[in-house]
Amino acid sequence: MYGNDFGPTAQASGTDADTPPGPDEPLNAAEAGIFDDLIEAEQRIEPRDAMPDSYRQTLVRQIAQHAHSEIIGMQPEGNWITRAPSLRRKAILMAKVQDEAGHGLYLYSAAETLGVDREELLDRLHTGRQRYSSIFNYPTLTWADCGAIGWLVDGAAIMNQVPLCRCSYGPYARAMIRICKEESFHQRQGFEILWTLMRGTEKQQAMAQDAADRWWWPALMMFGPPDTGEAAQGGGHTQQSMAWGIKRFANDDLRQKFVDMMVPQAERLGIVLPDPELRWNAERGHYDFGPIDWEEFWRVLKGDGPCNAERIAHRVQAHDEGAWVREAATAYAVKQASREAVA
Amino acid sequence: MSADARAATPPAAATPPVTGPRTWPLWEVFVRGKRGLSHVHVGSLHAPDATMALRNARDVYTRRQEGVSIWVVAARDITASSPEERDSFFDPAADKVYRHPTFYDVPEDVEYL
Amino acid sequence: MGGPTVATNLLAAQYIQGLADDALVYAQRLGEWVSRAPQIEEDMALANIGLDLLGQARALLTRVGELDGSGRSEDDLAYLRDEREFRNVHLLEQEVAGFGFEMARLLWFASYQWELYAGLRTSVDEVVAGVAAKALKEVTYHRDHATQWVLRLGDGTAESHERMQQALVDVEPYVTELFDDDPASVAAAESGVGVLPSSLEDAVRARVSAVVEEATVALPESARWRSRGGRDGVHSRPMGYLLAEMQHIARSNPGAQW
Repeated sequence: MYGNDFGPTAQASGTDADTPPGPDEPLNAAEAGIFDDLIEAEQRIEPRDAMPDSYRQTLVRQIAQHAHSEIIGMQPEGNWITRAPSLRRKAILMAKVQDEAGHGLYLYSAAETLGVDREELLDRLHTGRQRYSSIFNYPTLTWADCGAIGWLVDGAAIMNQVPLCRCSYGPYARAMIRICKEESFHQRQGFEILWTLMRGTEKQQAMAQDAADRWWWPALMMFGPPDTGEAAQGGGHTQQSMAWGIKRFANDDLRQKFVDMMVPQAERLGIVLPDPELRWNAERGHYDFGPIDWEEFWRVLKGDGPCNAERIAHRVQAHDEGAWVREAATAYAVKQASREAVA
Repeated sequence: MSADARAATPPAAATPPVTGPRTWPLWEVFVRGKRGLSHVHVGSLHAPDATMALRNARDVYTRRQEGVSIWVVAARDITASSPEERDSFFDPAADKVYRHPTFYDVPEDVEYL
Repeated sequence: MGGPTVATNLLAAQYIQGLADDALVYAQRLGEWVSRAPQIEEDMALANIGLDLLGQARALLTRVGELDGSGRSEDDLAYLRDEREFRNVHLLEQEVAGFGFEMARLLWFASYQWELYAGLRTSVDEVVAGVAAKALKEVTYHRDHATQWVLRLGDGTAESHERMQQALVDVEPYVTELFDDDPASVAAAESGVGVLPSSLEDAVRARVSAVVEEATVALPESARWRSRGGRDGVHSRPMGYLLAEMQHIARSNPGAQW
């Protein structure tokens, strides 16, 4: 699961927050020509191709943040595995959270083809130098939140991710194809949870409505702040990413597409989306929706969300407590190798 | 780093140790989807040794019956051709059209040809 | 030969419930590991093992509801029974206590389940025989996973060696209970539905001993006390909390569908 809600500090600079952006190591003319031709022809760039430094940096950052989002995204739902209200739901949820771990691994694997080590990327996550989707800084208060996350958050993530299957960087595009294929069940199971709740007791219906109320606006924020037109802040980065075929659609376009898709689904569920301004605009052929509270977005993104500290602390704790295990396995491998050498 | 990335590192740059206390080496994973097909590269993972790499590959890459057989190869053991070699390696094959059956003109009414 | 009597069926149901509760309670504990493992690859592995056990529990619980004549579903049995009605051994209800403890627990339990399911493939209860045949393949993998880790932790660094040794000590008091012959097991063995737990002990201990020895650690002396009574619904302190967490949503919404 992954959005575009990382914020401009990281987005605009072209490098991670901790490395000051430097000038591109210029490619020689022949290399630059090959790179440009490949992009122009909508061909894939593969790991050992010459590529501009800023293209490499942009990809490392984006793929890493995407991977981090999958790993941190295990927590809000993982939190409910032990409490799932039926054994069928428990199995589905465990498989889903496991998928997220898998998707994180596919993505770290793609990032590593660009010459960074996963350990280094995790270090950047643990020390706050790289971000993850800000949506995961919200808490999961009731069982219905597992439904709302599947339906709204995975729904938004899929909208963001499908275009990445055509990303110009081969390993990223291949990882995304695999992820999108596997994730198709995630949104459906979320919808099914809410569907069941909305056909259940009054208490269950209220639970589903409450979850939708809390997740709707954060889900819309997942597409990131406006990055084109007058409302764009900074701007240049999106244009560059689009030119490189790393990004295919503007944030607002994807957000609109998402709203248009979700409104009929909400109606079918019997859930009222928490936006009094939400209505069909026949002229535009789209749903109009109310203003997004970008102040809240920035506040949560900058660390003052309900779960920012908790998510990282959980992740760092798992990593630190596992250090002795990883070291043991390394030591054993070294011993085995020398035993085999002797034998 | 993957085999691809590692090989692309200029010789002058210091190569980070593949095995150290902090990190497990990288393994490239190949899966045979079903009998009759070749193993295909599906991605990579980290593991302390080949035994664990194979098991991790099973858990990470074949959760949905994607495979009937797995290979893992230490990324550092892969030798890859480089982009600089692309022209000399692959372009000379471009004009050998006579290697392809469609190159030959034969009468249309001859069977089994 | 007449059909089985109601009393025979009840005893068989009790026996199968013990197997099912073992799998369910351990799946519940393994579920706690997801997002907390030493490496992301291990999150995946532990989730896979948990999912296998959950699948075994569901099939077996459904069978219990058929045999005991109550018509209870897998969820009725999982969510609406009280602590005294659960028949799992204490080993599996113990709280998660680090990766060394988990691998020691998994090595013992998977080795036990392997011998158990190998025997149950010929159960006269066709459902049990079917579950056993499928589960044996799963458990072969679980046992191998635990074996690989015990080897690495035992024969890894000085620190991991010490931790693995301690984990074996910590697990020891809960091991013997796996092989206790409670009345339901005895009856199940006699009727051909089940196997006698004590008959599995030598093979399981031999298997674990071999792994432990190769891992350069040692099985501890028998502890001064050992757990008893899980199969009779007598549990240790963590069990009530485990059930409270697992059951509370279902219980606070009586009759609801999920």
